[in-house]
Order: sequence, then C-alpha cells, then structure tokens
Amino acid sequence: MKIKNLNFGLGNFLSDSAKFKNYLPQLLTLFVIIFIIGFFAFNAQTNMENRGIVFGFGFLAQEASFDIQFSLIDYDGSHSYARAYLVGLLNTILVASIGIFFATILGVVVGISRLSPNYLIAKFAAVYIEIFRNIPLLLQIFFWYFAALRALPLPKEAISFFDISYLTVKGWYIPRFIWTNFSILFYSLIAAIVAIIFIYTYAKKQQEETGKRIPTLIISTILIILLPLLTFLLGGVSLSFEYPTLIKQSPTIFNFTGGVGIIPELMALALALSLYTATFIAECVRAGIMGVSKGQKEAAASIGLTPGQVLKLVIMPQALRIIIPPTTNQYLNLTKNSSLAAAIAYPDIVLVFAGTAMMQTGRAIEIVSITMLTYLSLSIVISMFMNWYNKKIAIKEK
Amino acid sequence: MIKKLTFLNPNKENLNLYLFLGSAFFVLGILDVILNSSFEVNITFFLPRILNFFTPLFFGFLGLHLIRIELSGIKALDSLNKNINSNWVNAVLTLLVIFILIKIIPGLLNWLFFDANFIGSTKEECTGSGACWIFINVWIKRLVYGLYPNSEIWRINLAFILLIGTVISAFFVRPKIKKYIIIFLLFAFPFIAISLISGGNFGLVWVETNAWGGLSLTFIISIFALLFCFPIGMFLALGRRSSLPVIRYSSIGFIEFWRGVPLITVLFMASVMFPMFLPSGTFIDKLIRVVIAITLFEAAYMAEVIRGGLQALPRGQYDAGKSLGMGYWRMHLLVILPQALKLVIPGVANTFLALVKDTPLILVVGLLELVGMIDMAKTNPKWLGLAAEGYVFAGLVFWIICYSMSRYSQSLEKKYKTDR
Repeated sequence: MKIKNLNFGLGNFLSDSAKFKNYLPQLLTLFVIIFIIGFFAFNAQTNMENRGIVFGFGFLAQEASFDIQFSLIDYDGSHSYARAYLVGLLNTILVASIGIFFATILGVVVGISRLSPNYLIAKFAAVYIEIFRNIPLLLQIFFWYFAALRALPLPKEAISFFDISYLTVKGWYIPRFIWTNFSILFYSLIAAIVAIIFIYTYAKKQQEETGKRIPTLIISTILIILLPLLTFLLGGVSLSFEYPTLIKQSPTIFNFTGGVGIIPELMALALALSLYTATFIAECVRAGIMGVSKGQKEAAASIGLTPGQVLKLVIMPQALRIIIPPTTNQYLNLTKNSSLAAAIAYPDIVLVFAGTAMMQTGRAIEIVSITMLTYLSLSIVISMFMNWYNKKIAIKEK
Repeated sequence: MIKKLTFLNPNKENLNLYLFLGSAFFVLGILDVILNSSFEVNITFFLPRILNFFTPLFFGFLGLHLIRIELSGIKALDSLNKNINSNWVNAVLTLLVIFILIKIIPGLLNWLFFDANFIGSTKEECTGSGACWIFINVWIKRLVYGLYPNSEIWRINLAFILLIGTVISAFFVRPKIKKYIIIFLLFAFPFIAISLISGGNFGLVWVETNAWGGLSLTFIISIFALLFCFPIGMFLALGRRSSLPVIRYSSIGFIEFWRGVPLITVLFMASVMFPMFLPSGTFIDKLIRVVIAITLFEAAYMAEVIRGGLQALPRGQYDAGKSLGMGYWRMHLLVILPQALKLVIPGVANTFLALVKDTPLILVVGLLELVGMIDMAKTNPKWLGLAAEGYVFAGLVFWIICYSMSRYSQSLEKKYKTDR
C-alpha cells in the first residue's frame, strides 16, 4: 500500500508538466555549476599538491621584503605582506578619490557647457567629449606619463609657482603643512559643520513656517572661517610650512627635499582618469538636464528667475534624479579603471599585491581572489553610498 | 555727461559707427593675442605687466559690447549676437575660447604637419622641431601585424579582405541571400579566419599566437569577443529575469561578480590563476584564455544592457505573446527580443566600444596589440624619445574606429526607431 502510494506520487509529479518544467532546468543548472566548481577545485588541489603548495593565508604575516615607492602610511621592506596590501589599497583609494573629485567637477561643467546657448562653448565641449571618450584609457595614461610629463624640466630648471611649489620631471613638489595641536582645529571644524547643519535645518523650518529666509550661506561661511580661526588665537594651534628646497646630491644631480612630493605616476593617472571619466559624466549630466521638461524651464523663467537660478533651483534638483544612477556607474568604472595604474608602475593594489607580492610568493589563487574581493567590496561600498544619496533626493510623495 | 554715458550704450541710430568701432576693438584684441603667441611681439608693452596680460580680453570685450545691438536688421550680426554674444558672460566665454584656440592650434599644427618629418628611414633624419612620423613609417608593419613573419602577412590580409568583402556584399544583395551571408559570417567565417591565420594545415606554416600582435590582434580579439559576448549576454539577461530562483540567482551572481571586478584582475586570473584550475598536462593557449576572459567580462555588461531593454517593454507585449499560445522561447524569440534589442542599440554599441577600448589592456599579460607594440617600439634603442608620436598615432587609429562605430550606431538607432 505504501509503495503504491509513493509510485503514485512520483508518477503524479512527472506527469504534472508545469512543475516538471520548472524543476528540471533548475536542477540541471545547479548540477552544471556544482560540477564546474568541483572540477576546478579538484584540479587546483591536485596541482597544488604536486607543486607542494598548501592553500592558506598565512603568508600575509610574513615579511614582505620589498619596497614601495609611494605610501601613505609607514612602510618598508620589514613590514608584512598584509601591510603591503594596506599600502596598495590606500593608494588605490587615494587615486580613485582624486579622480572622482575632479571628474565630477569637470563633467558637470562640460555637461552644462555642451547645452550652452553660446555656440563656441557648446562646440568646444562637444569636441572635448568626442576626442577623449573615444580613445582607450590606457593609451591616455601612457600619453600623459610617457609623453607629456616626461617633457617637464629636470629639478635644476624646475617650473616654479611663486617659489613655493615646483613642477619637475620627477614630480610635483608642494609645501608640507606642519600643524601643532591639530586635533583642536579638527574638533573646531567638526563643531562648525555640526552648527551649520543645525542652522540649515532651522532655516528650512523657519522658511516653511513663516516664509522668512535666513541668509544661511553667509552665516555658514562666517562660522566655518571664524571657529577654526579662533583656535589659532586661543587654542594654541599654529601652522608652519616646510617648503621644498633644491639640493645638490652630486655634482650633476639636483633634487628637491622637504615638502610633499607628488609622484608623476599619480599625476598621470589622476589626470587621465579625470579627463576620461569626465566625458561620460558630462554626457550623463546633459541627458539629465535634457530630461527635465521644457515647461519647467519656461515656468521658472516666467516667474522672473535668472538663468543661473533656473539652473540651480529648478533644473538641477530634478535633473539630479536622472543623473545620479548612471553617474554611480561612472564612479564604479573609475575605481575599477584605477587598476590600470599597474601599467605605469603606480603602486596601487594590483601592482603591489597582484604584481610584486604574487611574484614573490607564487600564491596565485589566494592573491588574485583577495584582489578581486577587494574591488568587489569597494564597488559595493560606492554603490551603497550612491543608492543612499539617490533615495535621499528621490521624489518624496506627500 | 549724459552723452558720454550713451557712448557705451550701443544703439541702432549710429549702427555703422558702433559696428566699425566694435569690430576694430575686437580685431585689435585678437591681433594682440596672435602677435603675442606667434611672434612674441607685444603691442601694449608700455603698460604694467599685470594690465598687459588682460588687454586683449579688455579690447575684445569692449568690441563685443559695442556690436551687441538688438534687432540691428543685419542678419549675420543678429545671429552672431544671439549665438556667441548674448550677454557679457557669454562674451567673455567666447573670447576665452577664441584665445585658447589661437594659443593651441598653430602650435599643434606645426608639431603635427609643418615642422614634422615624414620621409626617411632613421631617427637621425628627423631634423624638424615637430613630430617624427618616420618612426611610424618604419614601424608600421610591426604596428599592424605584430611579430607575425613577413612572408606570411598575406594570410592576415586575406582574412580581413574576406571579412570586409563579405560585409560589403551583404549590403548589396537581396534579403534572402543576405540571411545566408550573415549565417556564414557568424558561424563559418571566424573558424576559417583563425585556421588561415594560425596555419598548421593545408600546407600553411604554423604561426604561434605569441607572434600575433599589433592592430590585427586588436581586431581579432574584438571580433571574437563581440561574437560570443552577445548571445551569452542575452541568455544571462533572460536568466536574470527568469522566475526560476536557481537560474535567477546564479545569473545575478555571475553578472555582479564580473561587473564588480576590474578587467586587469580578470586578465591576471586568466593568465596566472586559470592554469591551476585545469587538469595537469592540459594546456590552453594564452590568447584563447584571454579572449574567453574578455568575452565573459563583457557579456556581464551586455546582459545588463539587454535587461534594460527587456524591462522597458510594456507587460502587454508578454501577455499578448502568451495569449497567442506561445511558449517561453517562442515568445521571446518572436515578440520580446526583437523589440527589446531595438531599444538597446545605443547601449549595445557602448558596450562594443568599451570592449574595443579595453583590448590594449592585454599588454599586462604579455600580449602586444597596437598600444603594446608602440610600447615595444619606443623602447628600441634606435628610436628612443618618440613616445608622443606613437601614442598620438595609436590614439588617432582608435579614435577613428570608435568614432565611426558610434556614428554607425546612431544611424542604426534612427533607422530602427519606431513610434510606440
């Protein structure tokens, strides 16, 4: 009786074609995925056994014993591989942030210019966009690094800006800030920002309730200048500069010491990334502005707003909703593209970790997976932040 | 007093006077910049340096102000005022653009053409102060064909002539034959071309993939990746919208993984890590591994583009397909995909462009296409210091490829645009 029931159930299942149709492809997919992963894992294991490598992340604690040319934190050869990884990661984040900052500014300016009623400006922006986005990024990086920046003068004949900053073939030297009691200044800045946020919310509330406008911009400018300034007078904060100076290393070799040296690799990379990504951001901005209906512009103009006000108060808030999602993609692309650094030997995570460290340890699987995971997490962080911002500016139905 | 003020307020009565004065000042401003940048002559040398710097801007601004006369009755002047001189901000921007162009263009033209050397065979023959195009001239064979043996180059040429010939002939034949030509191009041609280029049979000499390179390698990789990433991307897009959870989540995982990592790490994976995953003894050529990696990478982007098109279709299209009794595949093939793909032509074109622009990256794993070959050529001891020429040349080549592709996609978009 029991067996018959079971048979009946199976037969029922097979004849129920809809269910069968749903389960068969899923089972097949699952099977194929498991098979492929299993096949790779088995091979990797036998290969590593043959070569005598044990899978593991213990090597991260070993001494790295290689130097890195440019580092934001203390590092030398005696530090561990984990520390080298951190140096690479910070360098990646540094160049990505610089790139995002300048690409956004340039992209917005160019995107608005392309829609300018001024024929020359619009054409100029269009030509810039068409040139820079149709040339591979790697080529642009190479051009800036090997052709443009190599044409800069030697330290002896450096291009000087007001005698405090020097541009040479070996990099750009700027004064270093030397702070005393920096933490007090830092706290005062935070206090100023908190106060400004408070004033903004208060002003908004006042305007909604009574219609009175509080000059928030002036107040906040005063606050952000005054509070840190007070700390200079009262808090014992002081600032001095260390200027780069030219010294003679040997009868023919001159070099700059002191100050902060920005290496040409960083400059070339940041320049190429910003110029390349800005073209895409400009196109996003243009599409966003064109996506705002013409009636909005005309309505805004008819109540007497100036063109600048129309753009700032009416067009941009609406256009931003269209602009943000594709721009997020461009930020992600920029961050991922910063990995091209390896091609010109800027010590980012790919060069330091997936390059030098992998060559020394031979642990391809561990290192490539850590690098990929790092980029995946960077992507997730950026897209989470932008999603949050997108939600914040989305239309709130009342 | 009042008369003095009205002098700066251009009006219609003294149109000719203002026009003359304005043009004179404008020309003076432009002349100042031209003299300054090309001949190092300064016509306002008697002024202090800081004022001197702004004189052209001041002259030009005054000139543009004087000719800003509304409804002057002269058509050219009106359109000029409307387009580049509508208010003082625009006037300043216009002047700045003109000055920048004057500063840049003569120098650029001199470097590119007038001071450049074109004919010769060694670096020493580059005597001009401009670009040394002899470098490109001498290296052109390597830049296009890589290290492919000179005597076998005809095979690459033949493959590409065949490709271009069939593509062009497809435009001129009847639709019925066109279908077969497309099938030939998609399914037969790639294998014919590869066996022709790699050789090893039919009496052709075997050429290792290490020797492939230059612009032809750029094309080979792009074409193969294009061919394969499109169908894979389509399946992934359908998978991501499937109602079956296993298929949906594995598609999502696959797509998001490839989209989250940079191509350079994918290439590292293909060249260093992947051999570890194969049974010991088996060997897959590096070029093939790289092409597979690029294909999978671009397929993930393609999937997202196609998904956008699928989502943009109104639900009614799906319902209509189902109500006609169509199954999943039939509905998608006949109703959904033709409409969805039409919608995503710009996105697909952008993905293709990104793919072409990504190919130079393969130099990090030791494959040398155009940019890689230039990198090699510029480090040749006989040709040092000519990086700029090489990169400008490669940039121009890529620019022509990408720009014509984007133009073509725009025309396709217009052709298939249907009102909804």
